Amino acid sequence: MPGAAILGTGLAVPAHTVSNDDLAGWLDTSDEWIVARTGIRTRRTVDGTDEATSDLATAAARAALARAETAAEELDLVAVATCSGDFVLPATACVVQAALGARRAAAFDLNAACSGFIYGLALAAGMLATGAARRILLVGAEVFSRHVDWHDRTTAVLFGDGAGAVVLGPGDDVLGTSLGADGTRVGDLLIPAGGSRRPVDEGALAERLHKIRMHGAEVFRAAVESMTAALRDAAARAGVRPADLRWVFAHQANARIIAGVAERLALPLSRFPMNVDRYGNTGAATIPVLLAEAAAAGTLCPGDLIGLTAAGAGLTWAGAVLRWSGAA
Amino acid sequence: MDDITRELTDLVATKFKVPPERVRLESDFIADFGADSLALVELVMALEERLGVRIEDEEAERVRTFADAVALAKTKSAA
Repeated sequence: MPGAAILGTGLAVPAHTVSNDDLAGWLDTSDEWIVARTGIRTRRTVDGTDEATSDLATAAARAALARAETAAEELDLVAVATCSGDFVLPATACVVQAALGARRAAAFDLNAACSGFIYGLALAAGMLATGAARRILLVGAEVFSRHVDWHDRTTAVLFGDGAGAVVLGPGDDVLGTSLGADGTRVGDLLIPAGGSRRPVDEGALAERLHKIRMHGAEVFRAAVESMTAALRDAAARAGVRPADLRWVFAHQANARIIAGVAERLALPLSRFPMNVDRYGNTGAATIPVLLAEAAAAGTLCPGDLIGLTAAGAGLTWAGAVLRWSGAA
Repeated sequence: MDDITRELTDLVATKFKVPPERVRLESDFIADFGADSLALVELVMALEERLGVRIEDEEAERVRTFADAVALAKTKSAA
């Protein structure tokens, strides 16, 4: 599916670092326990600031625009993939659009949870292919720290805050995408209260229904299986084999999920760039943050075939295969 | 020892890095092999791949000992 080229990448993470030892200060857990089960050592949070998702998204966007040598006024669309936006209403993308001064741009949010960045990439590629847009800013951004139950040791250790952005223009980087969902699994990972189903009333607060709930074992297994299948399908649509992929940028939720995906695809783990140890799970931000780090480090060479794969709440999953054309 | 038990012994020994002779029917994956909850999920997934069967989450949750795993594998293979 031709349509999009990545012109520039950027990332932003908050300054405050929370280590596993910090968490062990108030939770019944330990650095060894968390590292063995997740691979996570630290995560960044907006703790102690008034920063919101749009602040991280805007900072990542500015970096991507600079590397793409694109002015905000050139943007036709600002799309933010997030499930932890500034407000229930309106879209975080509108806050970002204003902060950037992207006056010509349409703006909306996209919620496919941790799969959101790849969903957005597929959508953006389609718009670029039809000429509906010529410059698109796609951001994955989350502030999960405001939604985590910091007294639930099964979830508190997993999440962090961050944002990654790409500037997209017409081109042929995106060779194939694969999107999917299983809405029968809504209950496996959700924030029950705060939407139209259940307001945040006193009862909800008492039951902590306004915080992230997860069935860890079920989600772990679904993530390994669906991320593997999504990447296989995207590769087939792109006309390549998984073995042809130089790099696989996999959603950074848990190092053991990524190891499981690598094993099933019979690919060496060395092809999977990782930063879950430093940032934890930053939702829709993990893949663009990884891409921005790899681009800045010079890890990616023009012509490299790269895979993207993610799974998240919904459940949703998504895969993509790109040929890197040399963006910064 | 039947084929399924032999195959599972290999799989469990490799997964938990223990000698095959230490894998007995009464072996408890968590207590005896230091498995964590995710390792049990990983084991069930490896079992599925090896046998080419689908194991539901509710069935997976009940696997605690090697005997549980063998019984599940036999039921699934016979189905």
